Amino acid sequence: MAMRILARVAGVVLLACMALAGPATAQDTIKIAYTDPLSGPFAQVGDANLKQMQYILDYINSKGGALGKKFELVPFDNKSQPSDALIALKSATDQNMPFILQCSGSNIAAALIEAVDKHNSRNPESRIIYVNCGAVATELTNEKCSFWHFRFDAHVAMKAEVMARALPKDVTKVYLLNQDYLFGQSVQRDVKAFLAKLRPDVQVVGDELIPLGKIKDFAPYITKIKASGAQVLITGNWGPDMNLLIKAGIDAGIDLRYYTLYAHIAGGAVAIGPGGDGKVRSVMSFNENVAPEIGNAEAEAWTKAFRDKYPFDFYAAGFRTIFEYLQEATNKAGSVDPVKIAFALEGLKHKDFLGYDTVMRKDDHQLISEYFVGTFKKGVKYDSEKTGLGWGTEATILAKDLEQPTSCKMTRPTVN
Amino acid sequence: MEVFLVSLLNGLVYGMLLFMLASGLTLILSMMGVLNFAHASAYMLGAYFAFTISQHIGFWPALVVAPLLCGAIGAAIEMYGLRRVHRNGHIAELLFTFGLALIIEKVVQMTWGLIPVPYRIPAGLDFPLFTVYGTYFPAYRAFMLLISALMFGAIWLGLTRTRIGLVIQAALHHPEMVGALGHNVPRVFTTVFAAGTALAGLAGVIGGNYQVTEPAMAFTMGPIVFVVVVFGGLGSLTGCFIASLLMGLIQTFAVVLDYSMADLLRWFGLTVTSATPFHEVLMVPLPRIGALLPYVLLVLILVFKPRGLMGTRDT
Repeated sequence: MAMRILARVAGVVLLACMALAGPATAQDTIKIAYTDPLSGPFAQVGDANLKQMQYILDYINSKGGALGKKFELVPFDNKSQPSDALIALKSATDQNMPFILQCSGSNIAAALIEAVDKHNSRNPESRIIYVNCGAVATELTNEKCSFWHFRFDAHVAMKAEVMARALPKDVTKVYLLNQDYLFGQSVQRDVKAFLAKLRPDVQVVGDELIPLGKIKDFAPYITKIKASGAQVLITGNWGPDMNLLIKAGIDAGIDLRYYTLYAHIAGGAVAIGPGGDGKVRSVMSFNENVAPEIGNAEAEAWTKAFRDKYPFDFYAAGFRTIFEYLQEATNKAGSVDPVKIAFALEGLKHKDFLGYDTVMRKDDHQLISEYFVGTFKKGVKYDSEKTGLGWGTEATILAKDLEQPTSCKMTRPTVN
Repeated sequence: MEVFLVSLLNGLVYGMLLFMLASGLTLILSMMGVLNFAHASAYMLGAYFAFTISQHIGFWPALVVAPLLCGAIGAAIEMYGLRRVHRNGHIAELLFTFGLALIIEKVVQMTWGLIPVPYRIPAGLDFPLFTVYGTYFPAYRAFMLLISALMFGAIWLGLTRTRIGLVIQAALHHPEMVGALGHNVPRVFTTVFAAGTALAGLAGVIGGNYQVTEPAMAFTMGPIVFVVVVFGGLGSLTGCFIASLLMGLIQTFAVVLDYSMADLLRWFGLTVTSATPFHEVLMVPLPRIGALLPYVLLVLILVFKPRGLMGTRDT
């Protein structure tokens, strides 16, 4: 009885959310639907992304937007559920938005790719481009690739290669711990593949999958990792799964180095704390110390302005590249027709705001850009989340060194 | 041995934290019959209050002030909300507390933001107390064990050995009679609710920096606490205590025991290969379903022993 009533309550809440989600506004802006978790356990990630994107878009708009119009971000909460992301897609296409943007959750991304494909073939009058800002399962630009999907973050295999290359020579035993869903399994598989290829001397002493967002105390896992004799823990965990894991490890004081994909995003620095000085590394597209390290004063001033305005790190400044691509492609296409913009995006080359070369690869719509390995340590110019420690760049991998072959065979629409 | 000992300690700490949360809920549920969905929210509020207070006057005053604040909020909820809703029956109460939990989560998000706050262990307790085979056992965990043990003792003595405890127990079964004897029954209920909420607040104060203080913490702790209460049985503090430790230990040991159903079957001479029916289910290792085990136990106990481990009444 109680559960049935709960289900009803949940239904009413859902309806109310949907009613509030999409108020129609004037058509003189180029609308970008943004769907990510804005409530629930992963809300902090979605919310921080949203604020950073808004800041970047304000800048892009101040530089003229595209075709004399401004870009407008329209957020939709998907509560980490593919079904809710599809509702967002429906609202976006109903309002003829040319872009839908999504970052968190490869399972959601897979659902969106399929839905966008179907929608665009059935409704040529309201097509939409899916801009992927962070769902990184490798297959999304390989087996599952689509003409309508453009990915602006390095995929897992690329990140895994960066990680395998960054692993110090003295490391011979690693432990893998990942979240049990499309993305985590992708990390598990790709890291193992690249270790076998690049570091045959490294032995995988533990390989574990954990339920997504369910573990509250990681101390037992730390015990197990220690017992395995691992020197390095490699994890693709994000959100609370990452923060709690590292916190438990630092608290137990075991001799372990952490190689992560997401320790640098919302909440990571606070969870690691001063005890993690020099122990945690993260594979990242940006950190606030990159600009001062390479002496790019303009980029530094721009990121510092965000820091002065918001109480959290500007870790997603790399999203600027996304919006610059959309701006350039829209201008090049000369219209907001998604088909024309999609063709304009293919093979587009662009120097990003840090001054590195990037390209949107035509074959699989995967952005090839530079990538960094950062170490969380004392003595950097900009600290992270007011901990006094911050991310310093340990290695920079240029776009040309990150090209991996793709198995993508996409069908392109015929242009008339 | 090393893994066993460290896991035992870890399980004990987690179990005791669960107990601190569940004891308040079991008090409220067994005495007032209110399934309080907002209980884990009080845990979250306790952590956030402690964070804010400890920034101004330090951790130790926060240890006292934050639970009192939570208790005051609990009292207000009971007097101005629950008491009115109570007339409309249990379903109304349940929905009321459910709505409250959602509201509190949103208020916390708006007040403190969506990202975790840097609520840290006090410097005086931030050192390894002893080392177990090279793994630190932080002093703070020992402190948590101490606080929760004290709390268990205090509640038990309070309920069974004091006058007010006797009145509370009597008011449960025969409220009219207790009222006729001149006791203020509504005030007894308010006291119980406030005390339960304050206990959850206390759990939040010491659990918030042991885990991470963030708006999702109520959401992640909520379900497991209900499992503990139902498993332990209504009206039984001892049952709740045993259930908490059991859940803590089960979850901890499930992680380190890398076995699957296939290993169990091998004992009986059955070998599971990829040709065996359901081999995918049979080969899932225990750690991957560890988080699920408490809920499996919940279902089992409801089927075979509906009153819970040591319950005196039906759920």
